[in-house]
Amino acid sequence: MSRFLLHRLLQGLVSIVGASIVIFLISRLSGDPVQILLPSDATPEMIAETRRTLGLDLPLWHQYVIFAWDALRGDFGRSYRWQMPALRLILDRLPATILLAVCGLIFSVAVAVPVGVLSAVRPGGWTDRVGRIFAMLGQAMPAFWVGLLLILLFAVQLNWLPAFGYGGVSHIIMPAIALGWYPVAAQTRIVRSAMRDVLDSDYIRLSRALGTPERWIVWKYALRNAAVPLLTMLGVYFAAMLGGAFVVETIFAWPGVGRTVVEAVFSRDFPVVQAGVLFTSILFVLSNLLVDLTYGIVDPRIRDDR
Amino acid sequence: MTVRRRIPLWLRGVPWLALLVLAVVGICAIGGDDILPADPNQLNLADAFRPPFWAANGSVDNPLGTDNLGRDILSRILAGSRISVIVAAYAIVFSGGIGALAGLVAGYFGGVVDAVLMRLIEIQQSIPSIALALIIAAALEPGLSTVIFVIVLTYWAWYARIIRGEVMTLKGRDYIAFARVAGVGTPTILMRHLLPNIFNTLIVLATLQVGQVILFEASLSFLGLGIQQPDISWGLMLADARQYITNAWWAITMPGIAIMLTCLSANVFGDWLRDRLDPRLRQL
Repeated sequence: MSRFLLHRLLQGLVSIVGASIVIFLISRLSGDPVQILLPSDATPEMIAETRRTLGLDLPLWHQYVIFAWDALRGDFGRSYRWQMPALRLILDRLPATILLAVCGLIFSVAVAVPVGVLSAVRPGGWTDRVGRIFAMLGQAMPAFWVGLLLILLFAVQLNWLPAFGYGGVSHIIMPAIALGWYPVAAQTRIVRSAMRDVLDSDYIRLSRALGTPERWIVWKYALRNAAVPLLTMLGVYFAAMLGGAFVVETIFAWPGVGRTVVEAVFSRDFPVVQAGVLFTSILFVLSNLLVDLTYGIVDPRIRDDR
Repeated sequence: MTVRRRIPLWLRGVPWLALLVLAVVGICAIGGDDILPADPNQLNLADAFRPPFWAANGSVDNPLGTDNLGRDILSRILAGSRISVIVAAYAIVFSGGIGALAGLVAGYFGGVVDAVLMRLIEIQQSIPSIALALIIAAALEPGLSTVIFVIVLTYWAWYARIIRGEVMTLKGRDYIAFARVAGVGTPTILMRHLLPNIFNTLIVLATLQVGQVILFEASLSFLGLGIQQPDISWGLMLADARQYITNAWWAITMPGIAIMLTCLSANVFGDWLRDRLDPRLRQL
């Protein structure tokens, strides 16, 4: 178990270093930053001087080492637009994004578990059929369009919920649904197939023979074991929510990391884009690592095998 | 039952409706502006915000209504299919090609090549694809080629991983060993003996990718990081319509329905093809 974890930790570290190289290299595709910083009539001496002070005359690998070293110390440079350290800006916006991702996850699980269980209990029944249709539709609707439809219905037509912004519970309902919409289909499928397997097992058949009420069997005995695959995948879905947050936060003017980075792209605020993307990637890798950790905790049988 | 018996076996269960939608999208993409009911870029401010034909103020001239500048929404949706098809075609050819080649080489040779490829895939998967798109859009000019670049960068790893797995099981088969003993060169083994056997998988993966590519392009264009005016894209239409969400519900719903129908059809067709050609891929 510990050797396996050590291996995965190392793997995660390699991924993060690799991601930082990719982010560094892509940022350099934009051309010479000196041309943006200096006026167009700058003399060659001025250009050379600025290049030297910014470290742009060094070889590329050396520039990366400086970038990585600064990043390790939490220094991504100052935001041109907000006049504050880029990392602090990202950290300020992080709680809102995490709140949104958690609420999106809660929504998707709250839909996927009952639908998955009911369609496993009665395969081909109406829950199963309706669930399948919604799954097909869900996979074909982009999150931003789901968001727009929600705004159209609940904010514009019915006037029940605020169309955008950050505040009370009413503000988070629509963004959470828009974000949690897409993974519902996959989660329902996981719960359904796990339930089908468990309901077929001997201990369930024994409980049935002993006359345990069917409601207990399904929702207590079977669901406990059938939930394992979904629980272990929650990290993956949380990571996916972080990616989806870029679009959903923009529609609902949600003050999180995603919207900040999208705005920074338009104002060419490079330190913020770099910090935001690298930070999201680190969270992404960490939540995937969490999947391997939860395997052992949720299902003790696996713990010793590894 | 009598009707059923006359349908040849290989045609049974073909998703005709999905194929019809895909055919319409394809014809609109190739057809150009001549086959559209109206000029998609024709401004007509007197007719701005006209609702669809069944609503009180609607007219048959603009069956799905007009947008804030009086442009015909139906024509714009049909014209917008061109961008979706172009993006999907390029993205699939390049990400499928690069991914298949990488998967073939890594799966067949194993060792260092394989280890390097696997690390690359892990790095690729550690950056969320939208975040990758954002940083690329910040560095390069947004536009059609940037969208394709981002999608290829995102999806090649998906192909590579699956093809690698297939090749690793295939290379242990006797016929590969026989070919090697008979003195067949490595390039020939890869191209003549392995590639034809992973071709079904490739076709299935490519069809299943169509829907995802269309959603991805729409999201990028919606954020303003993808297709730019005056090109017409469904995502861009929705971004425009968003400002007028209180005046024109049809401008928000219609392009979205076009996205949904196209993706749905591509997914249904892909599922059918997978069950037909390569049922082992069902977990995807």
